[in-house]
Amino acid sequence: MTAVRSVLQRSTLARSLAWVVLAAVALILVSDLVSAYNDLQLATGLYYFAALAGLTVLAGQSGQISLGHGALMAVGAYTVALLIGNEGWALVPAIAVAVAVSVLVGIPVGAAASRLRGPYLAGATLAFAVGLPALADKFPSLFGGENGLTINPPVPPSWLGADFPLERWEAWIAGAGALVVLFVLYNIIGSGVGRSLRAVRDDEIAASLCGLSVGRTQSTAFIVSAGCAGLSGALLAVVLQLAQPGAFPLQLSLSLLTGVVLGGLGSLVGAIWGAALLTLLPNWTNDIAHSFSLSTKVSANMPLAIYGIVLIVAMIAWPSGIQGGLRAVFGRLRATQGSA
Amino acid sequence: VTKFIDLTLSGISDGAVYAAVALALVLIWRATRIVNFAQGAMLMITTFIASAIINSSGHYWLGFVVALAAGLVFGALVERVLIRPVESAPPLNAVILTLGLYTLLVAAAGMIWGNTPRSFPPAFSLRGYDVGGTRLLFTPNDTFIVLVVIAVAIGLAALFRLTPLGLQMRAAAFAPEVARLLGVRVARMFTVGWALAAVAGALAGVLVAPSVFLGPNSFDPILISGFVAAVLGGLDSPPGAVIGGLSLGVGLSYVSGYAGSSLVPLAALVILVAVLMLRPGGLFAASSERRV
Repeated sequence: MTAVRSVLQRSTLARSLAWVVLAAVALILVSDLVSAYNDLQLATGLYYFAALAGLTVLAGQSGQISLGHGALMAVGAYTVALLIGNEGWALVPAIAVAVAVSVLVGIPVGAAASRLRGPYLAGATLAFAVGLPALADKFPSLFGGENGLTINPPVPPSWLGADFPLERWEAWIAGAGALVVLFVLYNIIGSGVGRSLRAVRDDEIAASLCGLSVGRTQSTAFIVSAGCAGLSGALLAVVLQLAQPGAFPLQLSLSLLTGVVLGGLGSLVGAIWGAALLTLLPNWTNDIAHSFSLSTKVSANMPLAIYGIVLIVAMIAWPSGIQGGLRAVFGRLRATQGSA
Repeated sequence: VTKFIDLTLSGISDGAVYAAVALALVLIWRATRIVNFAQGAMLMITTFIASAIINSSGHYWLGFVVALAAGLVFGALVERVLIRPVESAPPLNAVILTLGLYTLLVAAAGMIWGNTPRSFPPAFSLRGYDVGGTRLLFTPNDTFIVLVVIAVAIGLAALFRLTPLGLQMRAAAFAPEVARLLGVRVARMFTVGWALAAVAGALAGVLVAPSVFLGPNSFDPILISGFVAAVLGGLDSPPGAVIGGLSLGVGLSYVSGYAGSSLVPLAALVILVAVLMLRPGGLFAASSERRV
């Protein structure tokens, strides 16, 4: 037992594998227990997690803002839709190529981003989020214009049984993608790359005096998070069986950033909270809105209003997000135990 | 040639509106180092108020003045109630907070006035000028828009350069601690900055509403263009905001006229990235120093 513990303490790789196995078991159990609708929600939360985890590394560990990750998700989604729908590729290679393509798109964007700071980076990535989907309209024959592209639903393999529900299979696919992201990012954060990111975030000049290349470090973070966003978009296309411009509005990029900050900036656990919020909050606000009997004009806008209020109150009451709040609470508990 | 002139003129008129929004963003950025994503929603609310006044009283100018006054109060209120608690928090928190405010205001407008866009009266005629038998795409109302925005820009420049209030605002923005030691009421200067910004925003809303119609989401594209214009010009520079706005308006007007309107968002991206690669702090950035 102590041997296992010391291995886990010393090796980031072993720790990340342990977390991945634990998470995989938990996901399989949960997806087995819940209804088909909840499985679909689980799948949604899992592909959000992939994008949020990448973005939280970028924004929290490397200190760069991006308002353009929705567009990178669109790159992944359209690649998968083109490869599966038009070329008849299998699922896994199509998703792998989608990640590769979004990494390729992320390279020039990341190189540009590493020259920009704060609001200038926000402005450039905002223009990216608005500009890129315009391509889908410009080449309607390739990208299907406003209607987008549809693909056939993924078929669960036969060894899982004939009546294995499609929704659970989708949750598993999204879960596999999310676990890959978890594994990669956990190791990046714990490795030298992660330390360079934090060094550059905290003090660029000190970091470059230590021999770190500030631009290259920031580009690396951007490219990694672009790959995660591409994977997330690819999973979205598989789960929704659709890639269309309407699925990647500017609001998607903004809500990704919101999820990252609400969950707790820079932490992978925070990304889990953020993904849960992005998935569940729209349902909750809808339920609350419809539990009152209000005129349609009011009730139609009620979910939006509640969402806005949640954002404002959360930012004033818990400036460091859910994960930061939990840490503070547990820290206080531990402190009182220590003194007792 | 007529087409070129038309495109230039309509670009100038669009650009003047972008410039007004950019001015609002720049004023807030200078005061509190926050990009106010709620600006589009704030000017939407003041424009709805103007619309309500105009419809009930029948006087355009009454609505116009009330919108600006509402902007002044609204901007100050938002700064005091919502922004002050997060001024010391990490910068992303303020961004998320303004996004939350944007969402809340859009929803509130939908609850009160409904989601169907409605028309908004222009200040002056929308019939183009006749020049030598051809009708230009430039209208008396466009002239009004351009003149008003230029007047506001000059007024703001005079305020910052020539008045004690402007000096205090610049001091509070440039070195808050030193300014506080010298007796400047820094927090109040921040509130004034937000209030002035909201007036510039309210003005942009009333000016552009006749051409985009008035609905909860009508002004989102204007805010995005205004933000791009502000970044183009350099977020610290009010003249940069005006020049950034005008050049973006004219540039996008050419793209839309000669290459098709579907390319406009892409063109905005290309222009912005090209400028930022050459000057990462915008066209009018002061010499960029980074604190050690």
